[in-house]
Amino acid sequence: MKIKASLENYLFVLPAVTIFAIFYIIPFISVFQLSFYDWDGILPTKIFIGLSNFKEIIADKIWWQSLWQSGYITLIALTFQNAIAFLLAWACDREIRMKHFYRVIFFIPPVLSEVVVGLVWQWILNGNYGILNHWLAYFGFTNLTHNWLSDPNTALTTVAIVHCWKGFGWGFLLFLAGLQTIPRELYEAARVDGANAWNSFKNVTIPLMIPVVVLVGILTILGTMQVFVLIYTMTGGGPGYHTEVPVLRILASMRGSSRFGYACAQGITFGVILCMVSFAQYLINKKAKA
Amino acid sequence: MRQSRLLSILITAFLFLSAGCTAKSDSGKNITIWHWMTDREPAFRELAKRYEAKSGIKVNFELYAPSDAYSQKVRAAAQGSNLPDIFGILGEKRDFASFIKGGFILDLTPYMLEDKAKWKNSFFAKALAVDEFSAGNSYGVAPGIYGVPIDIMTIEMVYNKSLFKQLGLNPNQPPQTFERLLEIGRKLKAANLQGLVSGWGEIWMIDCLANNYAFNIMGKDKVIATIKGEVPYTDPGWVKVLSLFKDMQESGLLASGVVTMVNKTAEQLFANEKAVFAFNGSWCVNVYKGMNPRLEYGAFLPPKASNKYPMAIWGGAGSSFMASSRSKNKEEAIKFLRWLTEAPQQAYLAESTNNLPANKDSLNWIPPVMSDFAKAMDNATHPNVWGVSEFSPVIEALDKGIQSIIIGEKTPEQVAREVQRVKERELAKKR
Repeated sequence: MKIKASLENYLFVLPAVTIFAIFYIIPFISVFQLSFYDWDGILPTKIFIGLSNFKEIIADKIWWQSLWQSGYITLIALTFQNAIAFLLAWACDREIRMKHFYRVIFFIPPVLSEVVVGLVWQWILNGNYGILNHWLAYFGFTNLTHNWLSDPNTALTTVAIVHCWKGFGWGFLLFLAGLQTIPRELYEAARVDGANAWNSFKNVTIPLMIPVVVLVGILTILGTMQVFVLIYTMTGGGPGYHTEVPVLRILASMRGSSRFGYACAQGITFGVILCMVSFAQYLINKKAKA
Repeated sequence: MRQSRLLSILITAFLFLSAGCTAKSDSGKNITIWHWMTDREPAFRELAKRYEAKSGIKVNFELYAPSDAYSQKVRAAAQGSNLPDIFGILGEKRDFASFIKGGFILDLTPYMLEDKAKWKNSFFAKALAVDEFSAGNSYGVAPGIYGVPIDIMTIEMVYNKSLFKQLGLNPNQPPQTFERLLEIGRKLKAANLQGLVSGWGEIWMIDCLANNYAFNIMGKDKVIATIKGEVPYTDPGWVKVLSLFKDMQESGLLASGVVTMVNKTAEQLFANEKAVFAFNGSWCVNVYKGMNPRLEYGAFLPPKASNKYPMAIWGGAGSSFMASSRSKNKEEAIKFLRWLTEAPQQAYLAESTNNLPANKDSLNWIPPVMSDFAKAMDNATHPNVWGVSEFSPVIEALDKGIQSIIIGEKTPEQVAREVQRVKERELAKKR
């Protein structure tokens, strides 16, 4: 009877497990396996080359540069993007006029297609006919007009800011949900004890929001490190290698060079790095809680 | 009630599965063709209808766009052994070679040589060369013709005649020398006009112009010798090629932001008369016509930087179709390809899509600007006909290096050294 019951349970999870295995586990095993081969993605034969792809990755300066650059974008997202998201969520949590309207407005960028956002921002930032330069010139800041995406000094920061614009809505939503779970009585009690707005924020809001901040942080890191479509449509990784990010490099290896084995090794390496970052953040969070 | 519901579910499931099973017909009277050419889809469908009326064979053109997605689909289909009867390949010659070596593509040489090579001789030789592997090629492919060119293309420069007039230049006299091009660049800078636009953010178009000038400055043999690893990229000839990009930038010829520009943006700028020059392929005739039918422009070869060797431009087959060697409908597929590349069908394709026909006999109807592009076939060459391919990381280093020169980050000498380092690394891997 017990066996029958457990078999029945397994039967219920079987479809989900099968789909998960077909679309996630098997491809992952294939990617892992291919990372030890030299293969162009076409020929039926693959040449086993052991750890050569991984050795090459260690010496691939552009790969590490791309990783550093995605780290830079992540840093900006973690600080600038999340700070804005938090402040806006905090403002919308208070009794302000049209707060429901703002909630909708702030969540529009994340639901837009990344390709559309990339192309629209490319148009806004265009050095020749972009609206940003037009307005800068109109208000007399002609010396600030710039080819934002083609100048190596500004290209990476510019795409990072566009990424923040596109992504802050997710953080906003999570922060807002977190803020709404804080019992109002705590603020009232703090006010009775003589706390002003800043003290309430520092001693009530921030401590209770730490788990949400950590969650948003992890999601920001994982999401931003894998940024790709936006950069692909805005700069294609250029000028030179100045806006290259790991996923673009993987695509270049696979599509540009037809080196599927190397691309898989890059994917595995990148996955390991992301796991390490997430684990580090988990440990920090655990330590902070303790 | 419950039984009838169960029955209806079973019937639906059966119909669903049987529809899936019959999607690919084995009747032998259907030909399936996969392609990525969105602009040619209506014309292909019309030709399919005409062919069915003529032969009774149904031809299904299946469009998969964008081209990146198409490219991946064909590779995946090759792995899964479900390639259609006819398909196209996007990528470099080495990818084409891999498909052949993998046994996915039919050798068309015997068919081409039938009737005193009537089919073969109907094409522009340079167009067919793109689909051909000569004896002793470096890819290890048996010599033969493995594809059928559907149209041809050349990549050269175009200029806006109205803006030329505005600058006080003769609208019927595009620059013939590189010095003259730079002079015009300086004029453009003074007039605050945007100069040359092109999709140099997409990399391969920079590679194309760099190779044009490499042929002009060093000649074909030296370029091929470089690819073979016999001449270094630090050779003064290559440094001179790289310096041309620096000169273009300094003269004011290049439009700002050209290094991250995608070709679609470049086409919009040129079509909307916001740039004087563009570096683009013959497909632009159709694109510009759609964007601005009143645009007055002409095509010309990139102006020579040296008189030592002729200027070469990239050209040849614009797109080609290959027949699957594993198809059950090989003979029907080849018959259709033969019909598709006959003069009347090629003329129809040229007329309706503004692409240059691959069949020599169908050039009667083409607008003047297209005939400029067609004339340039005499100067055409293409990496796919050189018999050797440069390593992809070297191409990337060269093209990204040129971007760095244009933005003033690196000197031509620095880039030459860096490219050579990558070349040596790739050669060492090969050994």
